[in-house]
This record gives sequence, structure tokens and C-alpha cells, in this order.
Amino acid sequence: MSEIASHVAPPLPAAADKFKFYGLWAGAAAALLLLPQIFTSGGSLTTFSLIGISIIFSLSYNILLGQTGMLSFGHAVYYGLGGFLAIHAINIITANKLPIPLPLVPLIGGLTGLFFAALLGWVSTKRSGTAFAMISLGVAELIASSALILRTFFGGEAGISANRTKLLRLFGWSFGPQIQIYYLVAAWTLIAVIAMYALTRTPLGRMCNAVRDNPERVQFVGYNPHTVRYLAFCFSGFFAGIAGALAAINFEIANSAYLGAVQSGTVLFATYIGGVGFFIGPIVGAIFVTFLSLGLSDLTPVWQLYFGLIFIAVVVFAPGGITGLLMMHRPLLKAGTLTQMLPSYLMALVPTLAMIVGLILSIETIVHYTVNPGDDSHIKAFGVSFDAASPTIWAMAAILLIGGFGVARKTWTWVGHAWDGATSVAREKGIAA
Amino acid sequence: MSAAIELCGVEKRFGEIAIIRNINLSVAQGERHALIGPNGAGKSTTFNLISGYMAPSSGSVLMRGEKISGLPPYQINRRGLSRSFQVTNVFANMSVWENLRCAVLWSSGQRYAFWKNIDRLPEVRERTAQILEDINLTARRDVPAGLLTYAEQRALEIGITVAGGADVILLDEPTAGMSHAETERAVALIRRLTEGRTLLIVEHDMSVVFGLADRISVLVYGQIIASGTPEEIRGNPKVREAYLGEEAA
Repeated sequence: MSEIASHVAPPLPAAADKFKFYGLWAGAAAALLLLPQIFTSGGSLTTFSLIGISIIFSLSYNILLGQTGMLSFGHAVYYGLGGFLAIHAINIITANKLPIPLPLVPLIGGLTGLFFAALLGWVSTKRSGTAFAMISLGVAELIASSALILRTFFGGEAGISANRTKLLRLFGWSFGPQIQIYYLVAAWTLIAVIAMYALTRTPLGRMCNAVRDNPERVQFVGYNPHTVRYLAFCFSGFFAGIAGALAAINFEIANSAYLGAVQSGTVLFATYIGGVGFFIGPIVGAIFVTFLSLGLSDLTPVWQLYFGLIFIAVVVFAPGGITGLLMMHRPLLKAGTLTQMLPSYLMALVPTLAMIVGLILSIETIVHYTVNPGDDSHIKAFGVSFDAASPTIWAMAAILLIGGFGVARKTWTWVGHAWDGATSVAREKGIAA
Repeated sequence: MSAAIELCGVEKRFGEIAIIRNINLSVAQGERHALIGPNGAGKSTTFNLISGYMAPSSGSVLMRGEKISGLPPYQINRRGLSRSFQVTNVFANMSVWENLRCAVLWSSGQRYAFWKNIDRLPEVRERTAQILEDINLTARRDVPAGLLTYAEQRALEIGITVAGGADVILLDEPTAGMSHAETERAVALIRRLTEGRTLLIVEHDMSVVFGLADRISVLVYGQIIASGTPEEIRGNPKVREAYLGEEAA
């Protein structure tokens, strides 16, 4: 290394940093390994498997949205096609007794995703922005509707199913029990996460960011932004295909819902809520949204409405997502001024929660009267029973909602002041906020 | 030796309106050539035509005797022509270091590599560090480009333009909006970074133009009305009438 690079360039990771970095991956691997020892029930194993699949899918989506600045409304196409091909592959392998074990099937899904992304992506990646978003939507509709028409391949409404246990066995694993599926998903999740992280540290990965920031200028440093977007799209399709194949293996079925708009919307939702600006954001989002969708649907019939409200709240108040919100506090933590924020947070928490309770009461009451007005008015939402016909409840809802909002607004201003104080201290200490 | 840049009968029309009307211009290798003219004369459009941002309606642009008009900007850039922008045009969310590194990548042969670790490319690191030091932004290395001061952003703009090692550099009003002291520093920077390269510069500040340029061309209403050394231009009555007025007398 020459003189200049050694004193001007950012320091290369020292041995301690490298140790920390590889330690992080090793820790993640250990955690994945030990998780089933702590949560042994079949339900939690299924949940973990779904989370792993969602993590791969969301990270693959963020290659487009967060890394390269492409908003896709049809990412489920590559997920779904990966899933269908995986099911067909399992059936073909079983029928012909081919020497291919189940753990390799996700690779088939990935290659399927890659193939279709390479095929369909060239035209759509010519432009980013609205044109790309609209084409992605059109392609998604096209593929989703073909799924219902081309019955021999997609199996129509019922979909195509397969038996995952009849393939070549490795170490005597049949992949019948959920625990074995969990380990399969966990291994692929770890591999895919590492691969996608590594991708961000390559020349292509850095140019993806440049294309996101300023595609025009990219052309004047020798790169064709179309090629950069296309390659990003192919990688994204590949990892989405792996996720789809794992989902198909998990459920032993692939149907048209895999390709549909809801699936495309969910991945956008998870990625955005987690935060597109950080590599870890989609992981956080995938965990949060999987828990939320499994949990909320037990608590209320209109869980999708709450999903929507949460999404709007994130877009409006925390465009950086959950991760962005947490990362904002890092300078304060370094400066030691985070504790200054706690009183104002606690103060804001009470009226804000009251407001949310009031909102939930109002929503559930309105839902009762609009959706099933003939039913018994004693309804149960979020584990609490109340009488939707009682004026006391209406009054309570109104007071909590309006009063809560009135008080909460004041406390939010305090939070703002406390924030300004805490960040200015951090800035004085030379820590960039 | 063929000229670094040659424009032959270049025209650019937007609908009925001709912005550029029959430009013939030749910039020799290693020459510092300034393009001056009143607002709306078509200077930036000329840059856009040379750099591939737009294709001429007729005529052709040659670089070292080879036709480059009609090629996309990235191919022209790969042949060794780089330009800056009048309005700062950087990668706003990326750090100064990353901005410069992106500008170095293609010319160090990295292409679209997705199998190499960016931190393990010593040549890229070294060249980026060199440019960073050249533009005096070492202290601002890790700051996102969007948060730099105006003068710093202009320096970064020049840094990105020269980082790829292009031997033909086009600078579009590099000192616009700068204070006197900042302008002086910018001119020194430009002089140093374009040493031994061909420079075509659009500039409004006449002290910069006459201090820097070997030759000057005057563009008025989409046509070059005069081309010559600073002395010839200063003494040209047509130029004085059309543009310089009393200012340069």
C-alpha cells in the first residue's frame, strides 16, 4: 500500500473489526442452531421457518428498492415461479428417482427466479421510477392471471402439490418433521443473507447505490445505468426464487397466491416498515411483519386495516422504517444523552397509547355496525370484550381518541424539544447526528 | 495529429428552433480551450452534444478523429472524455469517498464485477485517495456529498470529473456562484488537475477565462463568431460588440 492510500483512505477493517464482523455471523449461525432448543413447539418452528423465508424475500426486494432505487409492484412473480418450479422439480425428481436431495431444490427455485428476471427484466429496467413500477405491475398481473389459465403448469385454483419426503436422503433426513424444514430454511437464510450482504460490498453493489442516487451522473463515469439496474434485477429475482422455493417446500404446495398482488404488496410492506436505508432493515421488517400477520389475525377480523394504518404511520412519521428510527438514536447513545430522551418518551407514551386505544375502540365499533350489524353487539377484539352498542363505550372511545390526541400532540412537541437538546449535545461532542 | 475534439457542422434543433446553428470547432490535444458567450447562446447545449447527453440533429462530433456523436454518454466516457455539470450533480447520499470511488471504478477495469470485494482493490483505493487529496477534501471524506458546502460540492464535482483519468475534460461553469477567494482556489485546482490533458471550459468569469485558456471561442446565438488566442479575442471588434462590451476593455 502506498503512502497516500494509507493516510488518506478510510482505514481498512482492523483485526478486531474483522473478528467482530465474523463473530456476528457466527453468532447468528449459533442463534439459528439453538433457537429450536428454546422454542420447541411445532407452531414456533413454523413461525421461524416463515420468518426465514420472509427475510430472504424482503432482502431480495431491497436489492431493488433500497439499493438500486427501483420500486417494484410485482416482485412475487419471481418468488412464485421459483416456488412452482421447486414443486415441479420435487415431483420430477421423485418420479425419476434422480439423485438430487431436497436441500438443493431451493437452488432450482433461485435459478428459475434468475431466468425469468433475466427474461422479463431487460425492458422494464430501461427506466427506473414510474415506468419501472408500472411495467412491474403489468408483468405481475400478466403472470398472475396466466397462473389461473395455464392449468397444467400452475394447477389452477388448487395449485400443485408435492411430497417433500421422497427424495434422496442425506444423513437419513426425510424432511418430514418441521424441525428439519426449519434447519433447511435456517441454513439457506444464512447463506442468502451473507451472499446479499457481500453483494453490497462489490463494485456492482456500490454502483447500484450510485444509480439509486443519480442515474444521470452514472453515465458520465462510464457505467450504463440500465445494465446496473438489470444485473440488480437478476440478483433480486434469484434470491426471490430461493425464498419462493423454500415456501413451496415448507407448505408442500404452490398456488396462484404465491404470484399475486398480495404477496408483492406484503414484501414491499415488510421491507419498507423495516427500513430500506439499512441492510438489516428488511430483516427487521420481515420478523416484525411475520409476527404481526400471525398475531393480529387472531386478535381482530380487520387485521389488514391495522396493517394499512401501520404502513401509513411509518411512511408519514418514520420514512426510515423501524431500523431508521432506532439508528437515529445511535449518536445520542454514543454521546450519552439518550437518557435525556426517556422522560419525554414516557410522557408521550401514555396519551399516545390512550389515543390508539380510542382509535381501536372506534374502528372495532364501526366495523361491527358496517360489517355484521345483525350480530350480537358484545364483541371481542385484542382479547378484550366490550359492548359495541353501549353509549358509554362510544363516549370512552371519543374521549380517548380526541383527548388522547390533544394531550399527545403537546407531549410530541416536548419530545421534539428534548430531541433537539440531546442531538445538539451530541453534535457538540463531534458526533454526527 | 488529429484534434482532441472536433465539431463539424453541428446543429441542434428542438422542433423548429435551432439552438445550435452550424458549429465548427477544433480543440487540439493538450489545449485549454474556453467557450464563452452570453446566456442562452448554447454553451451548455454544446457540452451536451459533445458528451453524448444529446445527439446533434446534423453534423458530427469527432474525438481524436473518431466519430462519437450518436454514442451514449457512458461509451464516450469510456473513450476518455469526462464532463462536469453546471448544476452540481453528485451522488448526494453517498460519502465523498464513495463518490470519488464510483468515478474511479470503470477506468480501473472493475466493470460490473460482483465477485470482488470493494475493500480489496488496492488500485481503486489508491487512485481514490489521490483524487481526494488533490481536491483537498480529505477532512470531509466520510461526509455525505449532499451535506457539503457549495464550494466543496463544486470541488467534488471536478474531482468526479477527473477521477476516471479521462484525457479530455469538459467543465461547465466550474466557478459559478463562488466567492473571489473560492474562485482563485478552484482555478488553481483546475490548472493542476488538467495538467497535460485537453480542457474545454465554459465560464462566465472573464478573469478565469483569460487567465486559464490557451484559446477562446465565442458562441453567440448558436454560432461561433470568433475563435483564437486570448489576445485575438480581446482585440476582435465583433466579439467586443456582441459580448465583451466595456467589461473586458
